[in-house]
Amino acid sequence: MDYIIILIAAVFVNNIVLAQFLGICPFFGVSNKVSTSVGMSGAVLFVMTIATMVTYLLHQYVLVPTGLMYLRTITFILVIAALVQMVEIILKKVSPSLYQALGVFLPLITTNCAVLGVAILALGMENASLLKATFFAVANSIGFALALILFASIREHLELADIPKGMKGVPINLLVAGLLSLAFLGFTGLV
Amino acid sequence: MATTINQKQNFLKGIIKENPVFVMLLGMCPTLGVTSSAMNGLGMGVATLFVLLMSNIVVSLVKKQIPAKVRIPAFIIIIASFVTIVEMILEAFIPFLYEQLGIFIPLIVVNCLILGRAEAFASKQNLYSSVIDALGMGIGFVLALTFLGATREILGNGSLFEMKFVAENANTFILFILPPGAFIALAYLAAVFNKLTIKT
Repeated sequence: MDYIIILIAAVFVNNIVLAQFLGICPFFGVSNKVSTSVGMSGAVLFVMTIATMVTYLLHQYVLVPTGLMYLRTITFILVIAALVQMVEIILKKVSPSLYQALGVFLPLITTNCAVLGVAILALGMENASLLKATFFAVANSIGFALALILFASIREHLELADIPKGMKGVPINLLVAGLLSLAFLGFTGLV
Repeated sequence: MATTINQKQNFLKGIIKENPVFVMLLGMCPTLGVTSSAMNGLGMGVATLFVLLMSNIVVSLVKKQIPAKVRIPAFIIIIASFVTIVEMILEAFIPFLYEQLGIFIPLIVVNCLILGRAEAFASKQNLYSSVIDALGMGIGFVLALTFLGATREILGNGSLFEMKFVAENANTFILFILPPGAFIALAYLAAVFNKLTIKT
């Protein structure tokens, strides 16, 4: 039951992008096509899950026993940076077409606040365990994927829309994100 | 090369022409996440300004010692150290703000604005230009965040810097201090900013 609540909370109620504002950069950056946003979601799912597992273990068994909790930010970001590098190397070898599509945004997962944010948020959960933290990361990346793919589908339609000159580009995208966020606000109180 | 930069332009570009929030869209997460009030926006802006300034100084000083291949990890460590310092200072001296900003303080580390300036500017220019660049960009960021925070606070709460100027039970646009309000307020501010900068 706990896990179902975590899933619903992370995907709908506290959606990581639309309610918590984490991972906004890729949200606006790679959302002009549905296909790239699917690829990005996959990369985030992979990196976020592994990163949260590793940082959780590191925090629990290295930083806490040695009393070095204040090094949390530095260690976490280093772990994430190394992981992203690894994913990049693997992807380049396994799926060159996906690697081409994600291009510049793959290294940018390092500075995707969603990854670091979820790693830190996972530490603050009630009676946390490794399994719970991992599940939390998976749930959040599903939330990220949902928001990103929804947004990309809307943006594909925007290209054909007649938009006032001043609103073109950034403002209209922000406005669409705002309306999506408004829709997700309707899920408040679900859990 | 470095001496030919006009320092006044270097400073002003961060505030208007290359404003990190309205034009470059850098550091969007804290921009949207913490600006539910003017005070939070200002606090976040100043914290980011401090980290940006210090990291630009250090990166510009040690740029010759860092091998090109590992420069990004090196920059990240430099930035993360200063973020940790800010985190500890805020927790010790301004616990109220520390509570309010919450997770967005450690997340300064992944603010694209800071890494972006380190990579694009401080790693190529001398110390003086880097300091001016950091101050310009940082102040542009502070102004944008405070302005967005003020807009949302006025519309959503009927107050500015916690000073209420509407009746206690007046109806305000609560939407603007909720998450969707952040996107919508920034959308219209960016549209206005577009309009103003295109004209001049």
